[in-house]
Amino acid sequence: MLERVLKGTPKFYLWLSFLLCIIGYAFIVYVFQLCYGLKITGLSRNISWGFYIAQFTYLVGVAAGAVMLVLPAYFHHYKPFKRVIIFGEFLAIGAVVMCMLFIVVDMGQPQRVLNMFLHPTPNSVMFWDATVLLGYLFLNAIIGWTTLEAERYDVNPPRWIKYLVYLSIFWAFSIHTVTGFLYAGLPGRHYWLTAVMAARFLASAFCSGPALLLLLLFLLKKLTKFDPGKAVVRPLSLIITYAMGINVFLYCLELFTAFYSGIPGHADPIVFLFMGHEGVDAWVNGWMWTAVVFAFASLILLITPRFRTNDKILPWALIMLFIATWIDKSLGLLIGGFTPTPYETIEIYTPSFWEISVGLGIFALGALIVSVLWKIALDVKKEAGEEFELSE
Amino acid sequence: MNSSRRYFLKVAGLSAFALAGGAGAAMAAGSAPAPAGRGSYEASEKALKAGRWAMVIDTRKLNTVERMRKVIDACHKYHNVPDIPGTQEVKWLWDDTYHHAFSDEVHPVLPTRVEESRFFMLCNHCENPSCVRVCPVKATYKTEQGLVAIDYHRCIGCRFCMAACPYGSRSFNFQDPRPFIKDLNPAYPTRMRGVVEKCTFCAERLEKGLLPVCVEASEGAILFGDLRDPDSVVSKALAENYSIRRKPSLGTDPGVYYII
Ligand code: SF4
Repeated sequence: MLERVLKGTPKFYLWLSFLLCIIGYAFIVYVFQLCYGLKITGLSRNISWGFYIAQFTYLVGVAAGAVMLVLPAYFHHYKPFKRVIIFGEFLAIGAVVMCMLFIVVDMGQPQRVLNMFLHPTPNSVMFWDATVLLGYLFLNAIIGWTTLEAERYDVNPPRWIKYLVYLSIFWAFSIHTVTGFLYAGLPGRHYWLTAVMAARFLASAFCSGPALLLLLLFLLKKLTKFDPGKAVVRPLSLIITYAMGINVFLYCLELFTAFYSGIPGHADPIVFLFMGHEGVDAWVNGWMWTAVVFAFASLILLITPRFRTNDKILPWALIMLFIATWIDKSLGLLIGGFTPTPYETIEIYTPSFWEISVGLGIFALGALIVSVLWKIALDVKKEAGEEFELSE
Repeated sequence: MNSSRRYFLKVAGLSAFALAGGAGAAMAAGSAPAPAGRGSYEASEKALKAGRWAMVIDTRKLNTVERMRKVIDACHKYHNVPDIPGTQEVKWLWDDTYHHAFSDEVHPVLPTRVEESRFFMLCNHCENPSCVRVCPVKATYKTEQGLVAIDYHRCIGCRFCMAACPYGSRSFNFQDPRPFIKDLNPAYPTRMRGVVEKCTFCAERLEKGLLPVCVEASEGAILFGDLRDPDSVVSKALAENYSIRRKPSLGTDPGVYYII
């Protein structure tokens, strides 16, 4: 099926070349990072994780979000989702690849990455994270490819695929739970040391992943006329609404524990994130408030049926939701975990230009993978005679 | 046997083998050199041993910047710790105020002596180290004698251990440290870019029967010994003086005690 990539419109190739340019540029920056070390980033001794690990964390959520299509389709036999499941699975593949690259570029000695499997260490959550991510990548690749192949020949997918799909549903929950455990088990990092961390991660994933998917599907409709259909958009936006509601609720639980208990360790990072420290503003303050405003604005739009079912307004609500969750679960999460430092001092981390450059390259590569995979899926659907425009 | 030692012995063995090979040609007519067998190395008889190494810092005796600087310099010079300015610094032993060192002790009023004192900070060689728990490649590990060591040749530089250490004891080599070592000590290895490092409690000196550099340089203000031995200097000092540790409530069971 790969040969389909060779038959595209000039616009498609222009898009791919554009992405390749960004990837090329980022690669050069990365080579510099390899030669000179992570000193080209904004990281420091006290804030030793930043932009890279933040993106990794967020993208695991995007990958896990695909399950919000698969679960209703397979557990509840909600047929209409099957029309777009392949896009969710391919988006997950792109997201997982980006996750892995973000981990690798964050390493000081990336050529030793295989040490993780040469010296497997079951007591390290990082080992489990790498393992489940790899597993999720394979699961999605096998399931996506096989079902697409079946669609192409107009036959039913093999029976064993169903078991893999069930497995992938549990797997999706596991990848983000394990990512939550990366943070939630560290003594002394108060902002992270919370039992609801994994639950928050999942809630955030189940709104942000589908939100990105819907936005991309809307874009796809504009570009190719492939209409996901109301039977997909309506229930999915409802799922997103509930997940976002739970996500915001869980964050408020953190606020209660931190401020009602009055334990400084719990409150300090939150105070720093939103108010700075003793009159010192950090850029992250404006950033966090943006997330708050966007989170509530998107929730209001999503909860109100009139707005949620309005195709003009829905994308805006989703964009705001995406930005809000991205701020909360990427840099907000990381900076909150590292500030104040273990000696109760305040240090302000800002990602460097080079760090962001490398990150952009990884995003571009993810976009490239998703573009190519989605094009294949679309072509197969077209050939199989699937209706693109739905009359509703 | 701890693996940094094993590594050292391996290198030592290989060098000896190479030397013997070279010499072998010259004395081919003489008696054949003994074959370099595997596992035929023994720990030095002089090595200091303990059930659990611990350090007691008498902050009544050592608390001024100038005197502490001397100790820090001795440690950093001996271990080739680079002097990198800015927030990407590398340090094994450093000093700070009471409020920073014991950040969960929030006394509003302290004796002036304590308020004005400086306190050493270093890796606590915890009994229950969270840094070891999280390392995905076993590059950081605990030895039988309670030392927390790092294998610089296995470390992948993921910095999970830095996030996990609640004391900020670890430094990462954001760049090649060698240009920042002013006065190289050829007897101790340097590190490379991209790996994490920290205080070792001078594991390699203990093997040779020597006390840690800082203990020697402190002129009696830092004690070092076996916590499991009731007659050791540290056990005695702790029995006779009230001491505190950094963040004991986190359950890491730090091995560095401070007499205030
Ligand atoms: S002080 Fe930090 S680095 Fe040292 S053993 Fe304890 S947790 Fe590990």
